[in-house]
Amino acid sequence: MGISFDKALGIHEQALNFRAQRAEVLANNLANADTPNYKARDVDFSSVLAAQADKAQHGSFGLERTNSMHIDAQGLSDEDGTMQYRVPTQPSLDQNTVDAQIEQANYAKNSVDFQASFTLLNNKFRGLVTAIKGE
Amino acid sequence: MSLSSVFNIAGTGMSAQTTRLNTTASNIANAETVSSSIDQTYRARHPVFATVLADQAGGTSGSNSLFDDQANGGQGVQVSGIVEDQSNLEPRYEPNNPAANKDGYVYYPNVNVVEEMADMISASRSFQTNADIMNTAKTMMQKVLTLGQ
Repeated sequence: MGISFDKALGIHEQALNFRAQRAEVLANNLANADTPNYKARDVDFSSVLAAQADKAQHGSFGLERTNSMHIDAQGLSDEDGTMQYRVPTQPSLDQNTVDAQIEQANYAKNSVDFQASFTLLNNKFRGLVTAIKGE
Repeated sequence: MSLSSVFNIAGTGMSAQTTRLNTTASNIANAETVSSSIDQTYRARHPVFATVLADQAGGTSGSNSLFDDQANGGQGVQVSGIVEDQSNLEPRYEPNNPAANKDGYVYYPNVNVVEEMADMISASRSFQTNADIMNTAKTMMQKVLTLGQ
């Protein structure tokens, strides 16, 4: 029985990727805090999680493997489709919906979540190393 | 890895805010620059910010369809231009001023120093935010490098 890295690492690898992507979206919101007509955006974690769970169940894009030599199309995803606009808390003269405080708080939380995902992933690797060494 | 594009995005933000600070400095420095004619008088300058879109690498701008495509993530901010304030200049009767015209009037720029100071503080705060974003992204990346250790 070989060790499958995809199965051994669980969802943490995708979670880490998601946190990195969300950091990009939030950084973009903050960079555009003074841009007229800019609408703040965010990525919805639960919808991305649902999409990943769906993919884990049915495989990516529902591709059937009719031959054992076929390669599974894993890793391809369409996360951008779950990007949504933030609901503004108050109107602004220049139609900009970025609230710097909310974005900063989200960015900080995302950074902590990133570290949490990293720690979980790191623990998985440590478990693998322990299993390989057999000490 | 999309964490590295955080550096680009925060970098464009810092660059745009620096341009804003530059125009503010120029406006405040020239707040008392007088002239004898309307045409030659300094006018307040303000940068215009616009979002850099993901597919804008070639430099083609689609300002009308900015947010039609939800999948378009946006890649930071850019200064699309610097405009001069077209509001009225302030004529003052100063016949002793060497720059006065034949009626004894000099024209002062339409720079509102109070507005400029507020703008300066806003630009400085936005710059700090972008610098913090970059710092946090750096910490996150360094953390990833220790994976498996």
